[in-house]
Amino acid sequence: MTDTLAPPAPSPQRARTLAWLQENGVYVALAAVVVVNAVITPNFLTVASLRTQAIQVVPVLIIALGLALVIGTEGIDLSVGSVMALTAAVVPLYLGYGALPAVLAALAVAACVGVVNGWLVAVIGVQPIVATLALLVGGRGLALVFAGGQSKDIENEALLALGSDELLGVPYVVLVALVLTLLVAFLVRRTTFGRQLVAIGGNRTASDLAGLPVRRVLIVVYVISALLACVAGLIATARLEASDPSTIGNLIELSAITAVVVGGTPLSGGRVRILGTVAGALLMHLIRVTLITQDVPDSAAQMIQAAIIVAAVYVQRGRGTGQ
Amino acid sequence: MSSATGTPAGSSLAPGAPITDGGVQESRWERAARAAQERGALAVLVLVVLVASFAFDTFATGANLSNIAIQSAFLAVIALGMTFVIITGGIDLSVGSVYALGGVLAAWGSQHGTWAALLVPLVVCGGIGLVNGLLIARGGMAPFIVTLATLLFARGLTLTITDSGAEVFLVPQGSSFSRLGQGELFGIAYPVYVALGLFALGALLLQRTAFGQTVLAVGSNEDAATLMGMRVQRAKLLAYVLSGTLAGFAGAMLAARSSSGVPTVGVGLELDAIAAVVIGGTLLTGGAGTTGGTLCGVLLLGVIQNVINQIGSLGSSYQSVVSGAFLIVVVVVQTFLSRRRR
Repeated sequence: MTDTLAPPAPSPQRARTLAWLQENGVYVALAAVVVVNAVITPNFLTVASLRTQAIQVVPVLIIALGLALVIGTEGIDLSVGSVMALTAAVVPLYLGYGALPAVLAALAVAACVGVVNGWLVAVIGVQPIVATLALLVGGRGLALVFAGGQSKDIENEALLALGSDELLGVPYVVLVALVLTLLVAFLVRRTTFGRQLVAIGGNRTASDLAGLPVRRVLIVVYVISALLACVAGLIATARLEASDPSTIGNLIELSAITAVVVGGTPLSGGRVRILGTVAGALLMHLIRVTLITQDVPDSAAQMIQAAIIVAAVYVQRGRGTGQ
Repeated sequence: MSSATGTPAGSSLAPGAPITDGGVQESRWERAARAAQERGALAVLVLVVLVASFAFDTFATGANLSNIAIQSAFLAVIALGMTFVIITGGIDLSVGSVYALGGVLAAWGSQHGTWAALLVPLVVCGGIGLVNGLLIARGGMAPFIVTLATLLFARGLTLTITDSGAEVFLVPQGSSFSRLGQGELFGIAYPVYVALGLFALGALLLQRTAFGQTVLAVGSNEDAATLMGMRVQRAKLLAYVLSGTLAGFAGAMLAARSSSGVPTVGVGLELDAIAAVVIGGTLLTGGAGTTGGTLCGVLLLGVIQNVINQIGSLGSSYQSVVSGAFLIVVVVVQTFLSRRRR
């Protein structure tokens, strides 16, 4: 079949280089940023500095893990920031009963959001961007209603320990991120569920005809995304030592989507790269840190970040379409 | 196109049912579904306005209605551009940032005269739209990610111009530019007339020009439109230029009205614009939509906000809860209707 719409094929040598770059570009870029920082940023390779970077990247990273799964199904989840806000609003309501009930309540609320997202996408057939947009808008409003529009200080010791304590020199929050990354990577690579998820993203109609439980898988994916956003919300709240539903997680969905896409998971679905997502989150964070430590104003850093996103996606363009 | 071949055997079609573009006769149900899709926002708007007029003495007053109109005017101009983009099957996330950028540039330019105040934001914001369009139409990149990048870029540029928000540009008092935002005719502010005028132009552009027809065709089936020899890339490109320019112009109007360029406005505004367009019956998958529906969608959001303000006991946070719930109801109904039509 002749496809007049496709661009002319590049020479084999160039195609191979391009393909390699598409696969591994994010790791190369990450290594480059680390090397550059090691040279130009004083004290970059100290334990204290690396720890700070790791802690700061954790919330975006955890959310990006969930988004990688959602994007793998050719979906998108814009409601993650609002789920963080809902978490921050719900936790203080139940903190009187102890940390565990408060955390469980927050997880339950998040699961509800995920079920609604998944139901709208999988059963009703609403486009993911609209379905989750509705909860982005409504969720934060709901969080503010729950919280009475106010931020509250958190005084529960168990919850605060999550934010500040460490095990063998590694902060709890980093351990949590590490465990979640391994779990999600295992889910994608080694379980039937993971294979079904990727298959659905590749071709939903075919998956449906092949008898895969498309609806169930999609709903579970959105629930996982919401639960991970809830964990990120718990961590952010614990780090902040306060619950502030009006600001927490604002625009975090954009950072997380960037991490996923820069990490090599295409927005067109059918492929999930967890290690790439981790590298993508680290890369975007380190670039920002580098620019700021070099006295580039935050506003200019934002513009450079935008250019990097475009460049990364431009390099990956065309993958999955006829190769 | 004979109606006999297009009609499945045994279907109960009313005789004389209108024939749609596809040459297939519409059943009564399908016609109702189409009407609900196209006129649903208007019907709900009328209903909400009627209920609100009876429920609150303060709602149906001239002052309150003109208040709703002026508050909706800025979002309306942005949503107009978004309508074109969404009909092509794309999305423009950058409009909120471009709106802020347009305002800051207009306030800066107003110190050099009214023309500068209008031209600078239109050129720069149109330029951002052009970049979006080039990357999406020619580069074949996903609209979502491209406009996400320009969202960051435009906000960064705005903050750079204003020295991270420290420097606020003021529109000189009494300049003809500030009259554009603050002047009134028959008790209604100029921006309302401007918005209505732009919507009239937008409706003509969408329904009566080759560009508009191409936009609709691209949204329903891009490959088919290409094979028919339509100028698909140009239509997509222009849709993003239009969206960027209109968002910048809305920002300029806001600067004229508030006499200053505020770099922090418009955060999350793209979502309101998308919501208004979707509530107005435009399909996010592209290919169908009207500017009139978008106007109804914008007014509906404005009226909801106003009603919640009228109920003094409810905080402003309820507004987003209601908007979100409303959006869910609309898209569920929309999806349901379009599935029945298939």
